[in-house]
Amino acid sequence: MPELIEFKLNDKAVKLNTDGERMLLWVLRTDLGLLGTKYGCGEGFCGSCTVIINNKAERSCGITVGSVRGKDVITIEGLMKNGKLHPLQKAFAEHDALQCGYCTPGMIMNAYGLLIRNPNPSYDEIINEMENNLCRCSAHKRIVDAVQTASAKM
Amino acid sequence: MKNENYLDLNFKDIHAPFEVDRRDFLKIIGGGLFVLFTVGDTLGYIQQEQRRRGELPTDFNSFLRIDEDGKVTCFTGKIEMGQGIITSLAQMIADELDVALDSVQMLMGDTDLCPWDMGTFGSMSTRFFGPPLRAAAAEARIILLELASEQLKVPIEKLSVDKGVIYEKTKKRNKVTFAELTKGKKIERHIKEKPVLKDPSQFKIMNKSYTRVDSIEKVTGKAKFSGDIILPGMLYAKILRPPAHGAKLVDADLSEVKKMNDVIVVQDNDLIAVLHKYPDVAEKALLKIKAKFLPSESKLNNENIYEHLIKMAGDGRVVVNTGDVKEGEKGSASIVEETYYDSYCAHSPIEPRTALANVDGDKITVWGSTQNPFTAKEEVARALGVASEKVRIITPYVGGGFGGKTTNLQIVEAARLTKLTGKPVMVAYTREEEFFFDAFHPAAIVKVRSGINESKEISFWDYKVYFAGERGASHFYNIPNSITKSYGSGRGSAANVHPFATGAWRAPGNNTNTFARECQIDIMASKAGIDPLEFRLNHLTDKKFIEVLKTAGKKFGWKSSYAFPSGRGFGIACGSDAGTVVAMIVEVDVNKKTGNVKVKRVVCAQNMGIAINPQGATIQMEGCIMMGLGYSLTEEVMFSNGEILNKNYDNYDIPKFSWLPKIETIILDKKNEPPQGGGEPAIITVGAAIANAIYDKLGIRLNRMPMTPERIKEALSVKG
Ligand code: FES
Ligand code: FES
Repeated sequence: MPELIEFKLNDKAVKLNTDGERMLLWVLRTDLGLLGTKYGCGEGFCGSCTVIINNKAERSCGITVGSVRGKDVITIEGLMKNGKLHPLQKAFAEHDALQCGYCTPGMIMNAYGLLIRNPNPSYDEIINEMENNLCRCSAHKRIVDAVQTASAKM
Repeated sequence: MKNENYLDLNFKDIHAPFEVDRRDFLKIIGGGLFVLFTVGDTLGYIQQEQRRRGELPTDFNSFLRIDEDGKVTCFTGKIEMGQGIITSLAQMIADELDVALDSVQMLMGDTDLCPWDMGTFGSMSTRFFGPPLRAAAAEARIILLELASEQLKVPIEKLSVDKGVIYEKTKKRNKVTFAELTKGKKIERHIKEKPVLKDPSQFKIMNKSYTRVDSIEKVTGKAKFSGDIILPGMLYAKILRPPAHGAKLVDADLSEVKKMNDVIVVQDNDLIAVLHKYPDVAEKALLKIKAKFLPSESKLNNENIYEHLIKMAGDGRVVVNTGDVKEGEKGSASIVEETYYDSYCAHSPIEPRTALANVDGDKITVWGSTQNPFTAKEEVARALGVASEKVRIITPYVGGGFGGKTTNLQIVEAARLTKLTGKPVMVAYTREEEFFFDAFHPAAIVKVRSGINESKEISFWDYKVYFAGERGASHFYNIPNSITKSYGSGRGSAANVHPFATGAWRAPGNNTNTFARECQIDIMASKAGIDPLEFRLNHLTDKKFIEVLKTAGKKFGWKSSYAFPSGRGFGIACGSDAGTVVAMIVEVDVNKKTGNVKVKRVVCAQNMGIAINPQGATIQMEGCIMMGLGYSLTEEVMFSNGEILNKNYDNYDIPKFSWLPKIETIILDKKNEPPQGGGEPAIITVGAAIANAIYDKLGIRLNRMPMTPERIKEALSVKG
């Protein structure tokens, strides 16, 4: 049943009227028109749909929009500040840490979640944290390099 | 090598005006300078193939435009799916034309704006498409020089070009820009003769590393994939699927779903779909359909498939036959006979197949994730019974393909649904549908019998491959008596062979063939008691193979060993694909208790001729290596009676971060040699190198891929 749901999205208040049981991924992509967050598996296995909720990386395909009520949601679109790339975005581009780029928003958001919690992760910590974000093009090596570079810059 | 050889093509003037009238082509794209070109003789076989299928190619393949702002655009039916040609093709143009790389734009995969193209696969873009593309750019440069010469009143020899500006060498202020030259004009040229291309020593942009030109769009989330195209009033469709390949629909009860608000239900013969403005609501609605299916008649599964394939194989084709295998057998001191098995693998791009279709009057436009938009166009036209010029396919960025996005069912479905509903319709496959409708890498078998003589040389080689095809099947070693035969097709085999669709999977067939050949060679080396690297070198005269093997050996720090196994866990393999020659050495560790293989280090050397974008080529090698770990160690489509048991990534393991070995790649510096394929070669050696390393570690031979923990434990228990 449609209900009023309010939360903060990329630093702006949003209000929408929808069924709170719907998954955040689809609400972002359809109702809110934020298409950077991607569907890859729909069941929490691939990480393409990763967003930040209250400073934690979460998989938006498995989180209902009702449960983010009053929370602070950041998507790939909210990472640039004043038209400037976030250090992670910059590092991904500079390291060529992507090929098709489909997994990239999820990778960046997941790494962002890691750096919020742990600004100087070790190689092993990066591997561990990124483990369940899948990249079929296999840009893994460069993604790790990019996260290391970004963490040094932040 | 000189340009003459570099550009081994004949250019002919093409008079047919490329269907301009029909499409009002030039009207759409405005003024400027156009150079039309065709990929000539080198692609002759592709065009033949196309004719065989009754499709007529337009007689030029691409063209280049320098518009009135001096911006350069290449229109090509090729697509970008991560392999990086959006950068490397632009590099070729920029270098030949003397413009900055960022002033070149690639317009790719739009069937109304781009001339016909067969599709993007087979590592062919740079090899076959590159030379004519360069020639077109060189031609454009000559035309611009001629125009500038007139305007500046200076003979061409006294002019120079830099970043889109033509100036007099001795008086730099006397200059004119490309934009000024093309302003208000419409100049159309076909390439008539081979223009003079730059010599590699003159390259400023080619053979230099550039990061991807599309990366900013992709790291900001702005890059548009097919699922990101939004049209007003569009609906998302979910389609009723059979539980198994070959299961027939008996009855579908739509009464429940028809009661739902805002849900549109479509039934058109075999196609039953529910549509809603939200994909998640459509998905829920689909669950309300109660459908009955007759079970599939297929009785095949992962275990009985090989027996079945052998039965279906029919007569083989001789691929190569030299000497006399019987004679060779007689002269053998020992003979090794082995059978190798490979499994069905999924392409599994992270972007599942997706398409948005829209009908506007009698014109259908589909944005689809496809590797072959022009094929998709014909497929849609056929399915809808409309003329093919009424169909336009636009290819946004493709989120990975690997050979898989060459079957375009989702595009056809979206097109049918838009025609039936009159609304824009998105068909975005779920992960489960993506697995189900993939055209898998085929399961295959290779039987090899080979012998060694008293002088520790291979005396004969009898190689039979079933259902992997010929790519990579014939060997390159010096063996006096040898026969290679191929049974069944490597892709899209006849009905009843495979229980579902199969197709080209990154370096099709070559992963299987290289696995079998290089494992067998390793066994022969151990029989001969010769270090596996030395043994290979002893049997090679082809300089390219010798060089890549030695280069990889040196980088790895290979030291000859005459113990079998040596216990070090080192494995080696080499092969050739898409004109590129590759050698790989890996180091593995195996946990005997769990059967887990950890690939610790991979050294890979390849000779790919000139690398247009060395960094891009390196990334492709890294990707090949990492992706190769999957088919080697875990990836196997599980199926039973037509049902695909892999529905998501929880039981289909693709490589993850923790698998990442130390990767060291070397691209031999071959500036003066023509470019060869880069997107596939390095994947072919991964399986054999790992199998050989596992043997070197533990003394067990894994003849079946993937080399899963269970299979390793089983081999260990057999060995005792
Ligand atoms: S789409 Fe959410 S984890 Fe894959
Ligand atoms: S870049 Fe293609 S899936 Fe990661």
